[in-house]
Amino acid sequence: MFEHARRAIYLGLALALLVALTLPFLPSSPALAQGGSILDDVLQRGVLNCGVNGQVPGFGYLNPDTGQWEGFDVDFCRALAAALFGEVTDSNINFIPTTTQERFTVLQTRQADVLFRNTTWTISRDGELGLDFGPTTYYDGQGLMVRADLGASSIEDLDGASICSLTGTTTELNVTEAMESRGLAYELVPFEQSSETISAFEEGRCDVLTSDQSQLAGLRSQAADPGSIVILPEVISKEPLGPVYLANDSAWGDVVNWTVFALIQAEEFGITSQNIDEFLTSDNPEILRFLGQGADTPSGSLIGLDNDFVVNVIRAVGNYGEIFERNLGPDTPLGLQRGLNRLWKDGGLLYAPPWR
Amino acid sequence: MSDRASTFDRSAHQPVPFWRDIRVLQAVAQVVFLVAVVVFGYVLINNLVTGLRESQLAINFNILTRPFGTRISEGQMDFNPGSSSNLQALMVGLRNTLRVVTVGLVGATVLGVFIGIARLSPNFLLRTVSISYIELFRNTPLLVQLYFIYRGMRLALPENLADSYRLPGSIYINRRAINFPLIAGTESAPVFYAAVVVGLTVGAALWIWRLRVQDRTGQPANTLYWFLPAFLGFSALGWIVSGGPFSIEYPELGNFNFSGGDRLSAEYTALTLGLILYTAAFIADIVRAGIQSVPYGQVEAARAQGFSGGQTLRLIVLPQALRLIIPPLGNQYLNLAKNSSLGIAIGFFDVYNVANVISNQTGQAVAVFVVMMGIYLGMSLTISAVMNALNYSMRLRSR
Repeated sequence: MFEHARRAIYLGLALALLVALTLPFLPSSPALAQGGSILDDVLQRGVLNCGVNGQVPGFGYLNPDTGQWEGFDVDFCRALAAALFGEVTDSNINFIPTTTQERFTVLQTRQADVLFRNTTWTISRDGELGLDFGPTTYYDGQGLMVRADLGASSIEDLDGASICSLTGTTTELNVTEAMESRGLAYELVPFEQSSETISAFEEGRCDVLTSDQSQLAGLRSQAADPGSIVILPEVISKEPLGPVYLANDSAWGDVVNWTVFALIQAEEFGITSQNIDEFLTSDNPEILRFLGQGADTPSGSLIGLDNDFVVNVIRAVGNYGEIFERNLGPDTPLGLQRGLNRLWKDGGLLYAPPWR
Repeated sequence: MSDRASTFDRSAHQPVPFWRDIRVLQAVAQVVFLVAVVVFGYVLINNLVTGLRESQLAINFNILTRPFGTRISEGQMDFNPGSSSNLQALMVGLRNTLRVVTVGLVGATVLGVFIGIARLSPNFLLRTVSISYIELFRNTPLLVQLYFIYRGMRLALPENLADSYRLPGSIYINRRAINFPLIAGTESAPVFYAAVVVGLTVGAALWIWRLRVQDRTGQPANTLYWFLPAFLGFSALGWIVSGGPFSIEYPELGNFNFSGGDRLSAEYTALTLGLILYTAAFIADIVRAGIQSVPYGQVEAARAQGFSGGQTLRLIVLPQALRLIIPPLGNQYLNLAKNSSLGIAIGFFDVYNVANVISNQTGQAVAVFVVMMGIYLGMSLTISAVMNALNYSMRLRSR
């Protein structure tokens, strides 16, 4: 017995000594230490990993008929790929469908380089998640969708209702505050998947489905009978949706931000994917500068891209207006109006800094 | 003589050098292995902590005291979304998980034992149904079953609340929930509870006394005949004295939902049912194996002594089978407890769902997951401890 105890003590001492000797030599910075900018990584890799929503028609979903990724957010990913690589092919862009739960993790673990996934810009997300937000691509607000046969015409009529929402979103917090502040009783049913939320609403598990208004329009367009569903007039929150990327990477942030600005500025100039060739020889020095044409007109080269990256972007996806009309506009099943998402000169909120 | 002496000649026998001494080698190997494990663990954790700090995500447990911000509609009323903290939300979630797990454990055990016994029945129909049940539920993924049950229940039950299935006693069943009357104790309820406890104590004393009489005289104990009157008598007395200890609140159909009364949400029902059905299939097979492990001679001997079929099973076979059943049964209990986290797929607000919300709202995935692992570990270790104690009490006693 004594022998065992003594051996154990020796063993323990030896172990402690070894650990003590080894620790100072261990690398204190992790193997995962960040090298250069994500921009260098992406250009070297030749593939853009873009986090999107996989389940919201109009914004980001895999069209089951064509097998292609489609949507407003998806087109912004394509624009970014065109800015980076000059063109969009199947092999230089990789769409990563994410749930509300995973979306920030895929950025933090660098599985995705950027997130275009109807994500609301809030101070706590910006400050605490180690992420930065780019310019807002879509100004949205949270709405409530109810079945028409319930006869509800405003949020005040919803006392005692069951509300379906996506778990872990700002919408969940907003609807809680909206109902609590009005003293209304309600039941909240939280789902992880968008598809589950919709079927729960359609099959009568809840009276109300709450989400960003643009998403509600998309969901309504997919319902068996869109006429049986009403979107209430109240907008209970501000939801500025835009790109998200890792914090403290200015080079990469510039590329994402100015790609978005390029789409907005192109609309302001009236440059579309159809008429861009006419503008390449424009007399307007501002436009030439914007398109990176001619000598002594730095544009993309200022942020580490091809100087004429704007041309590549417009050729690939068109300007902001074209993207909107293609995915969300009146001719699409969603049938959304531009609303706040008009150019500043038309009374909207879209505004790009000068190209100078 | 000199030859023999040379075998003991110390100079001819060098001691084993330390690098070939098996004891030294074993000690060195263990030390090296331990150091490798410690170093590896240290590198991993250090890597995580440093990486998180560099991306401005330093692990921060203070988020647990922040307000949760959204409502938990499942199974509680005293939770204020505006001011209740994340920690309180986790506790509410844990309570919901435990509601599923406790009901699930009891349900799965009862159903599993019945099916396991039916699996061995001489009745062809009973046996075949049991085998089909076991194979069907054991060989399909639980997540698929949960979706199937949840969606199936939703589509099968009435959508319009006014058309809810009505059971006697004001129980309403529809797509959203099972609504039933809430029975709450009034102020005088403690008197009744005390009377019930007295009844139980007196009944138990009578029970033990009858067993002693049986041991002494060999007369049938008839324990229930003594226990029940004592128990019921005292309970009835308590009821009368307290003047009706309960108040009943019936569910009323409001504008959108039933209000008043109590309810089991569709999510709770589907998750609990799914876990019971799935785990019962495994338990059934464990019970069958346990029963079959008891030598058939035991059954024959019991029959020869005049035990009936039920008595043979209850008094001879099952007590012996239990020793083999309990260890794997504990594994199934652990599986059930952990599988309850799949509730998030069907919108059930359990502790995992709550933790996910917190993690998403605060971005503190590591802190939240550490807490969650602690919670699940605590739950599993508790179940393990109970099962180990049970196992110990069931062991073969040798004198």
